[in-house]
Amino acid sequence: MHSKTDTRLMQGNEACAEGAIAAGMRFFAGYPITPSTEIAEELAALLPKVGGKFLQMEDEIASISAVIGASLTGAKSMTATSGPGFSLKQESIGFAAIAEIPCVIVNVMRAGPSTGVPTAPSQADVMQARWGTHGDHPVVVLCPTSVAETYTLIVEAFNISERWRIPVIFLMDEVIAHMREKVTIPDSSQLRIVDRARPTCKPEDYLPFDADAGDGVVPPMADFGTGYRYHLTGLTHDKTGFPTGKRPEVDTLIRRLYSKMDKAKQEVTFVDEVLIEDADVAVFAYGITARAGAKAVRDARAEGISAGLVRTKTLWPFPDEHVERIASTVRAIVVPEMNMGQLVHEVERASKGKTKVVSLTRVDAEPISPDEILSALKEV
Amino acid sequence: MAKPITYYLRKDKMPHIWCEGCGHGIVLGAVLRAIDSLELDKNNVCVVSGIGCASRAPGYLDFDTLHTTHGRALAFATGIKMMKPKLNVIVLAGDGDLAAIGGNHLIHAARRNINLTTVCFNNSIYGMTSGQYSPMTPTGKMATTAPYGHIEEPFDLCDLVFAAGASFVGRGATYHARPLSRLIAKAISTDGFAFVEAISQCPTYFGRRNKMRNALAMLDWQKEHAVTTKAASKLSPEELADKFVIGELGTRTRPEYTKRYEDIIAAAAKETDDNV
Amino acid sequence: MQRSGNAGPAVNSRPVIVNDRWCKGCDICVVFCPKKVLERPEGGKAQVVRGEDCTRCGICEMMCPDFAITLVPAGDKMESRFGRLGGNADA
Repeated sequence: MHSKTDTRLMQGNEACAEGAIAAGMRFFAGYPITPSTEIAEELAALLPKVGGKFLQMEDEIASISAVIGASLTGAKSMTATSGPGFSLKQESIGFAAIAEIPCVIVNVMRAGPSTGVPTAPSQADVMQARWGTHGDHPVVVLCPTSVAETYTLIVEAFNISERWRIPVIFLMDEVIAHMREKVTIPDSSQLRIVDRARPTCKPEDYLPFDADAGDGVVPPMADFGTGYRYHLTGLTHDKTGFPTGKRPEVDTLIRRLYSKMDKAKQEVTFVDEVLIEDADVAVFAYGITARAGAKAVRDARAEGISAGLVRTKTLWPFPDEHVERIASTVRAIVVPEMNMGQLVHEVERASKGKTKVVSLTRVDAEPISPDEILSALKEV
Repeated sequence: MAKPITYYLRKDKMPHIWCEGCGHGIVLGAVLRAIDSLELDKNNVCVVSGIGCASRAPGYLDFDTLHTTHGRALAFATGIKMMKPKLNVIVLAGDGDLAAIGGNHLIHAARRNINLTTVCFNNSIYGMTSGQYSPMTPTGKMATTAPYGHIEEPFDLCDLVFAAGASFVGRGATYHARPLSRLIAKAISTDGFAFVEAISQCPTYFGRRNKMRNALAMLDWQKEHAVTTKAASKLSPEELADKFVIGELGTRTRPEYTKRYEDIIAAAAKETDDNV
Repeated sequence: MQRSGNAGPAVNSRPVIVNDRWCKGCDICVVFCPKKVLERPEGGKAQVVRGEDCTRCGICEMMCPDFAITLVPAGDKMESRFGRLGGNADA
């Protein structure tokens, strides 16, 4: 581990891999896919050095499934992929949601749909990250805006996954993944690391899905092979983990799981507000586009336009309160996205009609430039 | 000393879900007697399943148990075994689960030769969804999705898994429950990928649609059509045509995956030392 | 577990116990028992009717799909769980 802080030129995927290890991740299973493969290559070399294990599986479905299996032994586990693989993993992500199994799924977004432009960036998987798997399920989706932030935010992804026993989707895009930036690696002692709550009761008293044994929302989770001998299933289940179809128990389970997003919201919402206090117009952006947004805001200020930036690293649960508050203080919010407009619908919803919301879309496999955002700011 | 078989059950969850006369309970009994004969510690056994009738088995077993998604039991089990190699990890699943949707994971788990014991509850039908044909349904048989008679050929699953690299492959049947249990015990004791195909009767869907109205008729069919490996070696292909062979069908010694990964850890440690 | 007496080969009228909550009446035990110890009334559960003929071969317990039959170990001479090998073909 990094005892002294060191500064290095790092690729986004590299920062993702090393940040995950700093978070305590000790099992990775993945499958080659541009533009995320470097994460697997890094971890194939790094994990065995820290007592971890790496597996290249036969497909993306096997990868997420092996990750969930490994997590059940108590290991922090992760997989990484891109659009096509992310689509294949959805069913098992749903299993992790209902069986409450901590795991992190990195999706490096590339231009889609289908094979699309494999080496080009996109932000078009935002809705899939929230609703890709079927049924009402909780999920937390984080999205870094720089290589340095990839390192620190992936640590948060694991903390959230462990604390709330929930799958966390880490949405990077191809630019963040492949660009190289100077990164000052935080000393491991500076990092807040969270581990899942384990049961303290005697094995014979352990009710694996009794949330009251925990904080009322998240039950303590025993590791396989430690004598608790409990059952997990993807079927709706009762407190013992055994399948149930009794309607009240189904209702209780679904509402408890779904409530994790509201209960976790405060703790998992990471939003920067730049020059918003006196802003007349705002840019709401995430991922690499937020970098262009920051430049556009600086350029606008230089031209006498009082612009501000809302840079969100948490896509789901969506930061409604931030948007609603800002919507009541600005004339317009411009939402630039490398897709046909996805998170902009959430901005509109959260604004509750208090301001004009302008969707700026780009889907030609090129990142949005500061000038495009600047001209949008001028037109509102 | 042998324990009562109920020692391994979550008795409060019984009776189990399987239909009257279904063979899966007999196969499960054979699994538990194999575990008992090896005197495995209940805290050191993990049973993983996919989706289907057979995959409901782990819910009734007093071990670490995991009921996963359709076809993916072996992939989940691989993750568990990699991080806890000392755990006895056993996969219980049906023929549809393992050989249809799960086929890709089956051949790769065998190719890797990871130390997992897989018991395929082969009733040659999708029972949970009430009677569709599976990759193991014999040609000509009837099923809800083969209303004119099945035109496909089934896998020889044992040949397939052995060709993919498994260390141990065998076939048994519910009629021969005791030899089936010994086969499963041998599979569990194998340090590598071990696969046992257990022919199991499904009176409700396979039997009723194929002129075998109950479990007894289906068990009788097993008795008439099973031949041991020894007997089979003296029969011509024509004589074997409508028979199935039971017993040990394939064994080999190959390095086991989790142990091979230790070589990687050693190499990685050496590289670190060299750099320091 | 019922403990039978210890004097000589214990003749036990109930060498096997049927759990009639778990038994689903499939008749496998009735048909497979080499000594016809068990019977099942129409619509009912398996019952021990000729317990004295039981040789403790264990086939009924082995072949019961519902774990509903338990072989009672004979007296203090702890025979192996499956009594004498025999019954169906040992491949």
